[in-house]
Parts: sequence; C-alpha cells; structure tokens
Amino acid sequence: MTNKARDHILARLRSHSTPTMAAPIRSEAIPDEPWSQAESLQRFTERLHAVRAEVHRAERSTWPEVLRAVCREKGVLNLLLSRQTPWGVEIHQDSSGLPPLRSYDAPIEDWKYDLFHDIDAALTSTLGGIAETGSLILWPNRDEPRLMSLVPPVHIAILEIDKLYTTFAAAVAAQGWTTQGMPANALLISGPSKSADIEQTLAYGVHGPKSLVVIVVG
Amino acid sequence: MSSAFHERVVENLAKAQVRGNFRRAMDGLMQHRLDQFPDTAELEHLRDEAFAIRAQALSQLPDLLEQLEQRCTDNGIQVHWAETTEEGNQIVLDIMQRHAATSMIKGKSMVSEEMGMNQFLEAHGVECLESDLGEFIIQLAGERPSHIVAPAIHKSRQEVARLFNEKFPDIPYTENIEELTQAARKILRERFYAAPVGISGVNFAVAETGTLCLVENEGNGRMCTSVPPVHIAVTGIEKVVAQLSDIPPLLSILTRSATGQPITTYFNMITAPRRAGEKDGPREVHLVLLDNGRSRIYSDPELLATLRCIRCGACINHCPVYVRIGGHSYGTVYPGPIGSILEPQRSGLDKLGELPQASTLCGACGEVCPVRIPLPRLINRLRYEAVRKDAGTVKGAGSQRKPAEAVLWRGWSWAASHGGLYRLAGQVATRLRRLLPSRLGPWTQVRHAPKIASKTLHERLKELGVDDK
Ligand code: SF4
Repeated sequence: MTNKARDHILARLRSHSTPTMAAPIRSEAIPDEPWSQAESLQRFTERLHAVRAEVHRAERSTWPEVLRAVCREKGVLNLLLSRQTPWGVEIHQDSSGLPPLRSYDAPIEDWKYDLFHDIDAALTSTLGGIAETGSLILWPNRDEPRLMSLVPPVHIAILEIDKLYTTFAAAVAAQGWTTQGMPANALLISGPSKSADIEQTLAYGVHGPKSLVVIVVG
Repeated sequence: MSSAFHERVVENLAKAQVRGNFRRAMDGLMQHRLDQFPDTAELEHLRDEAFAIRAQALSQLPDLLEQLEQRCTDNGIQVHWAETTEEGNQIVLDIMQRHAATSMIKGKSMVSEEMGMNQFLEAHGVECLESDLGEFIIQLAGERPSHIVAPAIHKSRQEVARLFNEKFPDIPYTENIEELTQAARKILRERFYAAPVGISGVNFAVAETGTLCLVENEGNGRMCTSVPPVHIAVTGIEKVVAQLSDIPPLLSILTRSATGQPITTYFNMITAPRRAGEKDGPREVHLVLLDNGRSRIYSDPELLATLRCIRCGACINHCPVYVRIGGHSYGTVYPGPIGSILEPQRSGLDKLGELPQASTLCGACGEVCPVRIPLPRLINRLRYEAVRKDAGTVKGAGSQRKPAEAVLWRGWSWAASHGGLYRLAGQVATRLRRLLPSRLGPWTQVRHAPKIASKTLHERLKELGVDDK
C-alpha cells in the first residue's frame, strides 16, 4: 500500500510542470557582525535570566567550587554525571563537598526506574552556546545520553566561553554540522521547561527540568 | 454545513467569558510578537528569507521528498507514505500492532489532529494520551483544539481547575497555575515512563541530512521522542526544506511570530534512532509522510502558496474575526485565515465554501505572515471560485453560486459600465430616497439601513464647479 502511495504522490507532484510561481532568490542573510566575547556573554546571560535560568562564571581551576556551591544551594541529593568527559573525570578525582555521584553506565532499560524516580540533578557538557537567543547546544552521545538533560529536575550545564557563538547560523557554520554529519539527536536548550498553556501565564518545570544552571568556564 | 457554521458562530458569540479569554490571549500574543520585531527592516528581511526558503523548497518538492526519504533511510529512520488520513492511521496502527503496543503518548501535532488519529486508534483499542499541557487539558474536556499553537486558549484557569478536580479527585482543588502545571507533570511523568510508543509531529524536515526538527517549550516533545522504545513522527509532505542552513532563519521567525519568544526552550533535531553503543533514545523511528490533498493544492500556481505555511498561528492571532467567533466556530482542524484557505481546498468549496466569507479582508493576516502568504488574495480567490462555475480548479467550485445574487451583480456591473444609465439610476435613488424600506433583509439585522443623500456625488461636484470630464 505504501509504495503505491509513494508513487502516486510523487507522480501527482511531478505531473504539474514545475510551479509557475518563480521561487525568489534567497537573499543573503545580513552578515552577522560577531559580537565581542563580553557582549555575547552579556546577551547570553540576559536571555537566560529572562527565562529564570541561572548563569555562573568560573575559571578553569575554580569551576568545581562553583558546582559545589550550586549543589549546596539547591540542596541537590545526588548528581548524575559522566565518568568519561574531562569535566566528569575531574570531579571523580575529587568529589569532596559534592552529593553522591551517579553515572549513566547502563542502557536506560536497565535503570529507568531510578533515573525517573531517584536522580536529582545531572551535569552535562555542551557543544557550545548561542548568545543571541541564550541557548545551549547539546549533542547527546554514549557518554552523556539524551535523558540526562531532560529527566532530572535540575540540569547543570558547562559552557566553555570560547564556544559561545553569536547566532545559531554562525554555530552551525563554524562547527561544520553538515560536513561532520548530524548526531542521532541534537538539541538547543534555552531555559528550564515551561508552558503558557493555561491563560497564557508562564509556569516553569512542566515535563523537563525545573531549573537550568549554566556554568560558563574560561 | 451552511447553517451549521452560522449556528456555531451565533452560539460562540454569545459566550462572553470565552470571548474575553480569546481577546486577552490574542492581545497578549500580538504584543509579544511586536516586541520581538523592534526593527522593521530586520523583520522584512527575515520574511523575505523565510519566503524564499519555503518557496524554493516547494519548487523542488518531489526531489526533496525523495532525498529526505533516502537520507532518513540511510540514517535508520523508516519512511512511510500515505495518500489519505485513513492510510496514515493504518500505518501507525500497523506499527503499534507489530510491537503489541496498546497505548501511546503524543506530543502536540496538528497533522495527527487532521488525521483524527486518536479517534481511529481508540476505535482499535489503543489508548491515546496527549502530553502537551494544552492538548492534555482539552483531551480531558473531550474537546478539540481552538488554536493551532495554544490549543486550550479558550479555557480559563477556573475551568481547568474544575476539570482537574473532576478527573483527578485525589489532587487538591487549586486555581493556581503553577500548581495545576505541577499536577499535570506528576500525572504525565508516569505515563512517559511506561509508554511503549511516542508520537510527534514535525516542524521542519531537512532533506540534506534527513533530520526531523521539533519546536517546543515543555519538554513533552523530547519525552515522546526519546523515552519510549518506538517513535513515530507524522507530517505533511510540504514540511520539507532543502538544507540545514535553512533552519536557523525559519526557526527564528517561527517562534518570534508564533508566541513572541526569541526561541523556544527546546529545539529538538532527530536524525537517527539510538545508535550502537548509545544508552537511550528510541530503537525505532518512523516517519509518516501524509498527502491528504496537498498534492492537489500543489497543482495550482497561485494556491500553492498555501503550502508555504509554517503553522506559526500569527494570522490567527491577528484576525479580527477569529478573536470574536473563536476557534471552535470554524468546525475545522485549522481555524482562522490559514484554515479558511486550507480547509476548503482540501474538503471542497461545496462543504466549506462559507469559510472564506469569515474575513473582513482587513489584510492583517497577510501583513504578519512570516512566509508572505498573500492570505487576503487567496481568500478572495476562493470566494470567486465558490461562485463561478467556469473558472475553478478547487473542488466544489461554483457551489456557493446563488442565481438571484448573480443576476443582481450582473445588473450592477452592466449599469456601472454605462455612464448615462448609472447617473440616471443615482438620481432616481436620491429623489426616491424616502421610499427606501428601513429593513433590508439580513443586512439590517445588525446594521442600520443606509441613509441616501439628497444629491448624488456627481451633482454635488458639479455644483462645486468640478469638471466631471
Ligand atoms: S499562514 Fe502564515 S501566518 Fe498563518 S500560520 Fe501559516 S505561516 Fe503563520
């Protein structure tokens, strides 16, 4: 049935000589003047603050300190993080002052209940950030699977400041998304989960994390 | 249909509370959009760009669909084609039955509404659960969406509170929106956890990479597409764009036009099922490409513009008719200006020929449309086709033609093109103006009868010394 449907649909679309309404030439995008790093960071932070996300600054050497403070302040009971990323390795070497660490070692099928019911917070790295919209770029992988940034109530993300791009288009171009091949799942995350479905009034923490904390490192 | 539409309008106009809800919500949405575009030049440039991207994609639609199918297949996404909604539903049911799945959880998808998917699957013993908060609310209420972006926009918090209290008596009664939202979170979490199949729509499909893009704020879309072992995406064949670099401008103008957000919380790009070594994500991803009348619309060079739509809802938010009669009056899946051009083309002017009349032709819809669909012109085109038996390409063309009206207009047109006669008729009308009845059929049901001046415009201008040659 479906192959017949395919042939019929394509045949119908092709039976009309190419639609006469000439497609306009796509005008070049106004070239994005890249913002200075300070400007980018300011815009990025403003955007995220506007949707109730937290943004913290840290140095390469001090970020675990900031993470500890965030966990303390939020009363995080346990922290899910990778053992493989440089960030994860660093934390695993010295986890003093942090809540118990958990890792995503097995396929979801093996520990779905725990992930949904017990995990309090997750720490992930990011591929970069977008200043214009206050967005994080995540390409989940085997070390940092998709559900880490979705299921736990608190998501803490690390962004390296030199990976903060002006716009989404600039990030896609600079990181060569099409040439390197897309991951199974790529995400832009621009705040904690929210909804305005009741009376157009914003409420946070619908189905995804209730809070998003970004630590900007470097 | 004719009277049914009218009856619904009358009924909904009488609901003061609901009308207030629409007015408030639309005012807010219009203002939020305005705030997003402080720079008109930037807006117009972005509209040009979005228009060009969508128009170009449509001009190569069959090729892009084949490319999309090829890329998706290479990536491990299984592609299915459906000519009709029945075929589409059957494909979804077959997949579910192959997995012995008796329930599914769904993220907001207007195409699934168009398919009547929930009704179909439920008739085959599949439990369907909507997970977008707005959709969840109207599913509980047993209603249909009243807006394509904000489906429960017609409901007040009190109505939602009563509804939750009635359906979930264990949860304490509350009118607090945060608390209501948290209640929905708790209920739906368990369902995401257990669902064997997740269903979603698609905002854009990228042919170049075989990527399905989803725009959302709540995270339910991500839940539906990454927790259950099987993900089925349904979309119209027009949603494809050529390349990944087309996405940033479209995403930007979509979210800013729709809800006045610079970007939504989540932009979810799905290119493959779970890959070897990955620990989560669905093991199977299916894409159902639905025609349902789109390839027919494609054949008309003017009406083709309908297919550029990116479903932002801005035309609806700005429509003075929609805000008054509300989304349910239309009786169709897509309400407002986009619905008034799309639905009659699909179902036929004989069935929905009245919808293009539900417009003041004020032009607001055309002015805000991010892909420059000339909505007012298309509305006029459908009005024309509805009463012409000679010129139609749309199903049911000529079906709204009324012989008496046609004679009247023909007479008018004849008189207006014969100057002497026109002037004479004008003079007669002014002289006999007191004989004009004060009731003129339906026209005066809601208006006063026009008062005719004592002299025609020609006469007055002549008195003022204007040479009418
Ligand atoms: S017709 Fe234009 S304004 Fe209306 S929903 Fe579609 S894209 Fe948006």
